[in-house]
Amino acid sequence: MSIILRLAWRNLWRHKRRTWLTVSAMVFSNVLLVFMISLQLGTYKMMIDNTLNAFSGHIQVQHHLYNDDPKIRYSIPEIIQLTGQLQHALGSDAVSARASAFALASSEQRSYGIQIIGVQPQSEFKVSTIPGLVKEGRYLSDPYAEEIVIGKVLARNLKVKVGDELTLLGSGRDGSFAAGIVKIAGIYESGLTDLDRGMVEMPLLYFQQLFVMENQGHAIVVNVPDLFEVNQWQQKIIQQIKVQPELLALNWMELQPGLLQAIQADMSSAWFMYGILIILVAFSVLNTQLMSVLERTREFGITMALGLKPGKLARLIILETGLMASLGLLLGCLIGFLITLYYQRYGFYYPGMEEMAIKFNLPDRMYPSASWLSVLFGPLIVYLFSMLATLYPALRLYFLRPVDAMRAA
Amino acid sequence: MTAISCKALCRTFQQGEVKITGLDQVTIDIDDGEFVCLSGPSGSGKTTLLNAMGGLDTPDSGQITVNSQRIDHLSKGEMADMRLHKIGFVFQAYNLIPVLTAQENIEFVMQVQGVPATKRHIKSLEVLKEVGLEGAADRLPSQLSGGQQQRVAVARAIVSKPTLILADEPTANLDTKTASQLMDLFVELNRHHKITFVISTHDQRIMTYARRLIKMQDGKIISDEKLSSAIQ
Ligand SMILES: Nc1ncnc2c1ncn2[C@@H]1O[C@H](COP(=O)(O)OP(=O)(O)O)[C@@H](O)[C@H]1O
Ligand SMILES: [Mg+2]
Repeated sequence: MSIILRLAWRNLWRHKRRTWLTVSAMVFSNVLLVFMISLQLGTYKMMIDNTLNAFSGHIQVQHHLYNDDPKIRYSIPEIIQLTGQLQHALGSDAVSARASAFALASSEQRSYGIQIIGVQPQSEFKVSTIPGLVKEGRYLSDPYAEEIVIGKVLARNLKVKVGDELTLLGSGRDGSFAAGIVKIAGIYESGLTDLDRGMVEMPLLYFQQLFVMENQGHAIVVNVPDLFEVNQWQQKIIQQIKVQPELLALNWMELQPGLLQAIQADMSSAWFMYGILIILVAFSVLNTQLMSVLERTREFGITMALGLKPGKLARLIILETGLMASLGLLLGCLIGFLITLYYQRYGFYYPGMEEMAIKFNLPDRMYPSASWLSVLFGPLIVYLFSMLATLYPALRLYFLRPVDAMRAA
Repeated sequence: MTAISCKALCRTFQQGEVKITGLDQVTIDIDDGEFVCLSGPSGSGKTTLLNAMGGLDTPDSGQITVNSQRIDHLSKGEMADMRLHKIGFVFQAYNLIPVLTAQENIEFVMQVQGVPATKRHIKSLEVLKEVGLEGAADRLPSQLSGGQQQRVAVARAIVSKPTLILADEPTANLDTKTASQLMDLFVELNRHHKITFVISTHDQRIMTYARRLIKMQDGKIISDEKLSSAIQ
């Protein structure tokens, strides 16, 4: 070990308690940051996955007016062919066509307004969790069948069960009167109240016939294996549809602006808190190193008299902080990581989550997700600010004159 | 050859409203290999003169030449390099870095000089032996007596083979016996390594070692005499 490094290390322990206090402040904030950031990322991932996987998918191809104004006539022509083309181009079967319309659903006893989604039974389960959430009966299978799956709340409201029939009344794409009788094949429960109460699914081909859609639909839903690849996939899709200028490929942030806003709002309030924490640590480093420089003035004077330049001494101070901050980083990351791992396994409950949980289809327990990013990001910022806080005490050395320093008793 | 040449050095200090004279028209020449004592009462300007010679402080006017180089014209960095390689300093006390052992204190300066590790190790033990501290290499300054600490400082000063050692009251904190041992060491280094010594003191006994005694008062040189009776 070089003498300079040895010197820096031993200098740290000249005031054991003071150094430990500063290191503890770093460790404490690092542990908190590791845990909180892991929890945040875990929560966001769950929010995104749960919301997107349930229904909207990561990317949708739509008519360019449909997202802002979902009218039945803003449709995609030749939707089944285009879906096949995208499946081929993307090399993925998580691509599925949908159509959507509003209608009045009536059972023997009651009527409710609902949203009907026409889906491709063979591929819908690749882009949505609804097919897997059927609790009674079964999901759709025959692409032409005049059948339907409905949400649990709607079933209760309509007082119907699997095997019952519903009468649907609406208007077709051409404005004509659309009416049909469908059999309830299954009842799903997603936990998302809006869906369970008002959304039903039927085979796309029957939907097209019922609502006079010809070979049209409203959305091609694409699921991407990794959230980080969304932009790349979106670009590929744009390449495929650019011959049809009336079509758009929208990503989940455009499809679900509320989700992104919720994440951003949560993130900025969290970072406000982290910012305060980091600044407190930086001040504690500043204080420690300033004291440590001041009380060594005489010693620095002598070493400068021996021929050490202020730059070397400044580097020594920076090295000392570097060692201290590395200790804080190491311990903080380690402890933070272990705590995070524990809760990643057993879950973490915090009050005030219920509202968000209901809105974004989350369990009441949160599971932090430890990754390189979540473990290192916060502590590295603490490290950086600790080093920045050392610049002032280090810079003071440039203005130290050896003669004055040695006179300072 | 002239080791140090000072011409008309003046230095005043401002302390609030009062002007304090540190050096007043000091002119001296010291030759290579000389063994000079600067004496004078406290406040007479000894430290100020040594600091000027070592480039720790810049006089208000006058010229200083060390090893035929005008040091009053050097930048701070050049001056630091000069001290690092050519001039050794020994102060009254607190010479050593308290968290480094005797050997590490010496190696520290050598590392700054850019000496490779193995050479550092060998050389530092060599100079410790030369000052009679071969057994104390691994001791911290706090585990050494005052005299031993001063010897380590001397060892550190001579390790880079300087041509000049400036010692500011090096014996002030030592008892008579230890002080004369340290002076014996200086005399020996002066003789064997041809290092020029300028030692300030206000101790009568130390002055008996000097071959040249310069007396100062109120920032002026009041006498400068060669002594043949010096203990050598
Ligand atoms: N940095 C300084 N500021 C103010 N006065 C100083 C400073 N350095 C030295 N002096 C004054 O200059 C005079 C000479 O001091 P010094 O050279 O330390 O004397 P000596 O070393 O002979 O005791 C003293 O009066 C001292 O108080
Ligand atoms: Mg003095």
